[in-house]
Amino acid sequence: MSLYYVQKLLYQLNRDPHARARFDENFEGLLDDFDLTEEEKAALRAPDIGLLYVMGVNGQILMHYAALRGFEWDRYIQAMRDGLKLHGPVRAGLYLTTDGRGAV
Amino acid sequence: MPLVYAGICSHAPGITGRAERADPALRDPFCQHLRDMGDEIRAERPDALLVVAAEHFANFFMDNMPAYCMGMADYYDGPIEDPQWLGIEPQRVPGAASLAKRLIGRMMARIDLAYAQEWKFDHGIMVPLHFLTPAYDLPVIPANINCQGPPLTPPARAYEFGRALREACDAVEERIALVGTGGISHWPATPDSGKINESWDREFLSRWAANDRAALTAYSDEETWRDGGQGGFEIRTLIAVAGAAEGATGEIRYYAPIPIFAVGCTVGRMRI
Repeated sequence: MSLYYVQKLLYQLNRDPHARARFDENFEGLLDDFDLTEEEKAALRAPDIGLLYVMGVNGQILMHYAALRGFEWDRYIQAMRDGLKLHGPVRAGLYLTTDGRGAV
Repeated sequence: MPLVYAGICSHAPGITGRAERADPALRDPFCQHLRDMGDEIRAERPDALLVVAAEHFANFFMDNMPAYCMGMADYYDGPIEDPQWLGIEPQRVPGAASLAKRLIGRMMARIDLAYAQEWKFDHGIMVPLHFLTPAYDLPVIPANINCQGPPLTPPARAYEFGRALREACDAVEERIALVGTGGISHWPATPDSGKINESWDREFLSRWAANDRAALTAYSDEETWRDGGQGGFEIRTLIAVAGAAEGATGEIRYYAPIPIFAVGCTVGRMRI
């Protein structure tokens, strides 16, 4: 489990035009730059937003990756709910769910 | 000059990014209160607007996370988010580098403060500026309190940060307006997004308006996380403004939970 590096990759992708270009041109190379497990690489590649949420990726980072990958707001929220059903409770971090009943 | 203005407001990205989905009966008066806040700030003829914010991994990460950081750049670009997602077009906001450097130097006597000459604004500053200074022409000095990646600075230190900020602002010639921006209770970017603990919010705002230092600094992180969610840690920004206004009380101009904005939308001012 290398949640720190999953989040670091997404942090850089969210803010750094060079990382964004690498995402566009050589995504596998970008993944190889970080110490990631195969499960993490697969979740980033798919993308499996629900699994990334369950892994514990901070929501303030994940919501921008979801947007980058074309998830509009309601689909992003639903992807997290689906992730909880498929993969179980959030494994790490602060962004747990309580009742799961938000605005959408 | 003594600090010329001290207030607080919300900054949730939905305020601009999902504006069309909110109940107009709540959204419109809230946005008007934000614009009125901008008018009140301009009426004080400030040379700079100091924004105490809680950024969300736009500039700072867990490889080198400062508890407190202030910007001393010539300009700031934002938003870092996709403009369409946030509903705010890219802007270049003027900084106040010389003033910021003097403030930071003075504050270092009391606060172990990081500084930054590069800083990209995220929604935490861009959403307030969108309403407060829609022309983006007032020089801004950003200050950040880490409210995202624990361990976090304790609320008592956030109050002390505000006191140190006030002393520094009072010691320079320039007229400075101060705005703290953060959520009260919220569970952003989770399946709970839109959940708001209104009674917890109102209790916090009552402590803030009374500027009750002991009550404001009594929150433990465990209590805040349980009752106010992950977003509740941002009360530090509001507590810092109370510290800057120590000895004064305030008033809450607007408060209403707006679930699609994922926060209890707030505008308040200290009577400094």
